[in-house]
Amino acid sequence: MSHLATTEAPATPEPPAAPPRAASEAKPPKEEGRVFNVFSHGFLFLWGALVTIPLIWAVIQSFKTDTEIINDPLGLPEQWLWGAFGRAWTKGNIGEFFINTVVVLIGGVSLTMLLGSMAAYVLARYPFRGNRAVYWLFVAGLTMPIYLGILPLYLTVDKVAKGLGLTEVIGLSTHLGLILVYVAYSLPFTIFFLHAFFRTLPSSIAEAASVDGAGHVRLFFQVMMPMAKPGLIGIGIFNVIGQWNQFILPTVIMKDEDKRLLTQGLLELATNARYETDFARLFAGMTIAMLPILAVYLVFHRQVQAGLTGATLK
Amino acid sequence: MSFGRARFITGFLFAPILLYAVYVLYPYAQTAYYSVTDFSGFSPDFSYVGFGNYVELFGDDVFLKALGHNVVVLTVYPVVTILLALFFAFMLNVGGRGDKAGVRGVRGSSVYKFIFFFPQVLSIAIVAVIWRRVFQSNDGGLINSLLMELGLVERDKPLMFLAEGESVFPPITIGNFTFEAPVVLVCLILIAIWGGVGFYLVLFSAAMQSIPKDIFEAATLDGATRVQTFFRVTLPLLREHVSVAWVYLGIAALDFYALVVGMTPGPGGGGPNDASQVMSSYMMSNAFRPSRFDSFAFACAMGVSIAILTLLLAAVQLRVTRSRDKLEF
Repeated sequence: MSHLATTEAPATPEPPAAPPRAASEAKPPKEEGRVFNVFSHGFLFLWGALVTIPLIWAVIQSFKTDTEIINDPLGLPEQWLWGAFGRAWTKGNIGEFFINTVVVLIGGVSLTMLLGSMAAYVLARYPFRGNRAVYWLFVAGLTMPIYLGILPLYLTVDKVAKGLGLTEVIGLSTHLGLILVYVAYSLPFTIFFLHAFFRTLPSSIAEAASVDGAGHVRLFFQVMMPMAKPGLIGIGIFNVIGQWNQFILPTVIMKDEDKRLLTQGLLELATNARYETDFARLFAGMTIAMLPILAVYLVFHRQVQAGLTGATLK
Repeated sequence: MSFGRARFITGFLFAPILLYAVYVLYPYAQTAYYSVTDFSGFSPDFSYVGFGNYVELFGDDVFLKALGHNVVVLTVYPVVTILLALFFAFMLNVGGRGDKAGVRGVRGSSVYKFIFFFPQVLSIAIVAVIWRRVFQSNDGGLINSLLMELGLVERDKPLMFLAEGESVFPPITIGNFTFEAPVVLVCLILIAIWGGVGFYLVLFSAAMQSIPKDIFEAATLDGATRVQTFFRVTLPLLREHVSVAWVYLGIAALDFYALVVGMTPGPGGGGPNDASQVMSSYMMSNAFRPSRFDSFAFACAMGVSIAILTLLLAAVQLRVTRSRDKLEF
C-alpha cells in the first residue's frame, strides 16, 4: 500500500531534530514559534503523563502492604517491600506461567520464521503453476478475523492430535499444540511481509551462487537468508510481540491450569474471586509480566515502532 | 535439475501449507458449515437447519445490543484516536521553536514517541490489571481516590465506572436497534484510545517526516502559518496513511473481545447486564452455554456474521478513502 516498505522500515533512524537547511532566510515570526513550542510541549507532556501515571502507580502498588493499597491508594509505601514478587512467582504461579509463555514464544517465533521465510522465498522467487493461487490463499487469511475459526479450532486441535495418536504432544493444553496453532495463524502475515522482501533481493548474487554449484536449499540458507536479515528482524519483532501478547488462542487451547500462559494466569489472578485477596501479589505479577517486554522495548524501540507501523502499511 | 527444483518447491511449501490448512482454513470452513446446523459442540448427531440460526440471531436481543455497542465503538474510537494521533504527530513534527531554521520538530520527540507507543506493546492482561484498579468503583481506585482527595467526589458516593450500565446519552431506537453508550463501554473505549494513540502517532509521524522539507519551506515562504500548513499541506499528503489507520481501527472496533473479557464484570465479561457486551464476547460466552442445545452452532453463526461485517467494513472504508492519485516524492 505504501512506499514505506520493508527495505527501510525496520531500521530507519529518524533525523535527530531537523536536517540543516540551506534556505535559512525564511524568517517565520519568532513569537509564533515560541508560543507554539510551549503549547505543544504542554499537550505532549500531558498525554505523556496520562500514559505513564497509571503504569507507574500500578508498579508502586506491588511494593506496598495490602492495608496501604486499600487505605492509601495514592501514597508511596512506608517501606518498600519486595515480598510480593516472591509470592507472585511461587504462590501466584506467575513463575510457571512465565516459563510456559517463554517456551511457547521461543518455539512459536522460531518455527514461524523458518516456515514463513521458506514459503515466502519459494513463492517469491520460483514461478510454478499454482504459485499465485497459494500466495493468495495465504493472503486471504489476513482478511479474516480470528473469530471465524476460533470455536472449531478447539475441536480441530483435539481431533488432529487424537487422530495421530499424539494427544500428549500436540493435543489440547500442550506446548507444541499451541506452538503449531500460533505458527499457523502467524504465517499469512509473515509470508505476505517476507514475500515482498524476497522479491526485492537482487538475483545476480543468487545466480552466481547457483553457477558455483550451490543447491536450492543451500542457496536459501546461506545466501538469501543472510541478505534478507533486515526483513527477518522486522517481522521477527512483530511476531515476538504478537505472540507474547496473544490472548484468545491460549484461552481456547490451554485449558489445564498448570499449562496456562502469563496473559491467562494474570487475568485469572485479577478476575477470580477464588483466590484470597493479595493485591500486592497481583501488582507484582503484573510488574513481572511487564519487565521482559519493557526490556525488549527499551533496547529495540526504534525497530519495534518502525516494524509494527511499517507492517501496518503494507 | 528440474526434478530437484520441483522437489525443493514441494519440500519448502509442504509444512506451511499443511499447518495453515489444518489449523486456519479448516476451522473457518467448519464454522461456516456448523452455522447452518444445530450442532451442540459435543454430540456427533446434528442436522442441517438452513439459515435458521442467522434469522434467530437478528431477533436475539442481546446480540442486537452487542452489535449496537460495536457500532458505537466504531463511530467513536477510530475518529478520536486518529484526531489525537494527528494532533500529537503535528505537535511533534512542527511544534518546535521556529528560529533560524524555520519550523522544526520539538525537542525530545523520540522520548515522547517512546512513551506514547509503550502501551501498544503491553499485553491485554497487564492493561486489564492496571485499569481495573484505575477505574475501581470505591475509594481504592486511582481516579476515585484522586477526585475524593480534591473534594470533587464524596467519599460515600464513588463513581461506578465499569459497574455502571447507564447510557451516557438517552438511548436512540431505530427499529429493532437501540444505540446507547453505557458508562462501562465508554471506559473501555477510553482505555483503547489510551493504548492506540501512540501507535498511530508513530505511523503518522513517520509519514510526515517522509514529506520533503521544501514543501513546508515553500509554504512558509508564501506566508502560511503552521496551522494553515497543517490543514492545507500535511493533511492531504497523509491521506493514504489516515485511511489505512481507519481500516485498522475499524477492524479493532468490531473486535474489542480482550478488553471486554479483561475488564468487565460477569462470567466471560460483558456485564453489568450486558451493558458492555460486544459481538465477539457474546459469541465466546455463548458457545458452550447450556441454555440451548445448539448453542455452538448459534455461536458459529455469530462468528460468520462478525467475519462478514468485518470484510464489508474494510471494503467500504477502503473504497471511500482510497486516494485516486498516489503521490511519489
